Amino acid sequence: MAAPCVEPAKGGFSFENCSRNARFEQMGLKFPKAYKTGTTIAGVIYKDGVVLGADTRATEDTVVADKNCAKIHYISDNIYCCGAGTAADTEMTTQMISGQLELHRLATGRAPRVCTANRLLKQMLFRYQGYIGAALVLGGVDSTGPNLYSIWPHGSTDKLPYVTMGSGSLAAMATFEDRFKPNMTKEEAMKLVRDAIAAGIFNDLGSGSNVDLCVITKDKVEYIRPHEIANAKGVKQGRYLYKRGTTATLSSDVKKIEFDVIGTEVKTSAQPMDTQ
Amino acid sequence: MASSSMFGPNNPGAFWTGGPAPGQFYNFPGSQSTSAQNSSQRTLYPVVTGTSVLGVQFEGGVVMAADMLGSYGSLARFRDCPRLLKVNDTTVLGAAGDYADFQYLSNVIQQQVIDEECLNDGFGYTPKSLHCWLTRVLYNRRSQFNPLWNTYIVAGIDDEKPFLGYVDKIGMAYEAPSLACGFGAYLALPIIRDAMEKNPTMTQDEAVALIDRCMKLLFYRDARSLNKYQVAVITKAGVDIRGPIKSETNWEVAHMIKGYE
Repeated sequence: MAAPCVEPAKGGFSFENCSRNARFEQMGLKFPKAYKTGTTIAGVIYKDGVVLGADTRATEDTVVADKNCAKIHYISDNIYCCGAGTAADTEMTTQMISGQLELHRLATGRAPRVCTANRLLKQMLFRYQGYIGAALVLGGVDSTGPNLYSIWPHGSTDKLPYVTMGSGSLAAMATFEDRFKPNMTKEEAMKLVRDAIAAGIFNDLGSGSNVDLCVITKDKVEYIRPHEIANAKGVKQGRYLYKRGTTATLSSDVKKIEFDVIGTEVKTSAQPMDTQ
Repeated sequence: MASSSMFGPNNPGAFWTGGPAPGQFYNFPGSQSTSAQNSSQRTLYPVVTGTSVLGVQFEGGVVMAADMLGSYGSLARFRDCPRLLKVNDTTVLGAAGDYADFQYLSNVIQQQVIDEECLNDGFGYTPKSLHCWLTRVLYNRRSQFNPLWNTYIVAGIDDEKPFLGYVDKIGMAYEAPSLACGFGAYLALPIIRDAMEKNPTMTQDEAVALIDRCMKLLFYRDARSLNKYQVAVITKAGVDIRGPIKSETNWEVAHMIKGYE
């Protein structure tokens, strides 16, 4: 049997699918729309580590799809990543990189560095030329100290002391520019990130519900979900079911209903053998 | 078509068959014939633009601020454009968007103020009446598909109460205790709203300090802004336009940034 001979890739990018997609579009095929999160995510470096924050609203256009989704994803024990943009993209991308980082950790025998996660993420996102709509805030503490990166869908990264992403990023960045200072205490940093996310929640329609925080230091990680329930569902003021006794009972009569046994069945709990 | 009957000083002949005679319009063959009267001149896009304007009400008055930049696209071309207009002792108008449309409307308003003063009947523009008039004018222009490409903020004291109103180029208008247009709506308004929630009755100094913080913030993050702005404070005592003011910016954070990964 002759095996089909596959030519090895010449290297670089292959854009064959682009012409295929263009032909599909000409034929009238509608591509599925990507659902965005519409988010406020933010991160700040303080004296002992990193504080990451996120809102908890996931939107499908103008409808709130999930009132309390988790946008701070686990990458490794000392590295966490907030994701904005297409929800599936951020979830899957962070999970893939988390897996790759764990294999890397087992291969090297060292605790993973944040810059490694950054490299892995940006190399993957650049390969897909922005079609993976994941805008990420990556933060963690490793042997070099606290690190904070922002990663854009096309694959560019910035290493900064404070970053925000998502539709509410302008409101959150306004809060940071107003009040950030280097070497804050943990309480100041948590308050600042909480205020930045709250600015996004209350001033941006794509963000809402609660504030989640994640405080990463050299020794431990505090994943505080929720840090603050900023929008609680309203409590009904009255009970609208009628109380027992509202309608007067004139008389009561108890009758036994006769059942007819039609058949019985005995079910075995163990699985039958494959030979049968 | 030129008549070729009798040539003379009053009837010069065409230069070539079917061509123009001196003094006649010539419709080039192949192009659409649009005479100057028929072609409509409508606003299609703004040319020299101003960025955000901020407005905040406080206890006993209003404060408004706008920077002094006229951007030509991405070029910071005119660095001395006052975008706050003092209408009278109770009203100030701030404009963002096309600077030419603002200049045109300023001329109209100033002429009307003079006319009203000549009438000498004790009536003048109040912020509410100016806001209402602006809404009608802008909505009418938008309905003719020829908008005045601006966003206006009207601030003043009306009937002893502070007034702050917003009018858009499509005629959308509303009043609120704090306003911002352009980038200010995304960057400054969250800060202003939070400050007003914590301190509903601000004094004049607190409001001016808040505005200064926000103008500094806009200079940091708005790519079409300038570090030179005017502030107008309107109280019962009158209108005080201060400026040009330069923010004290802090770039200490730059030491913490090396590279991009």
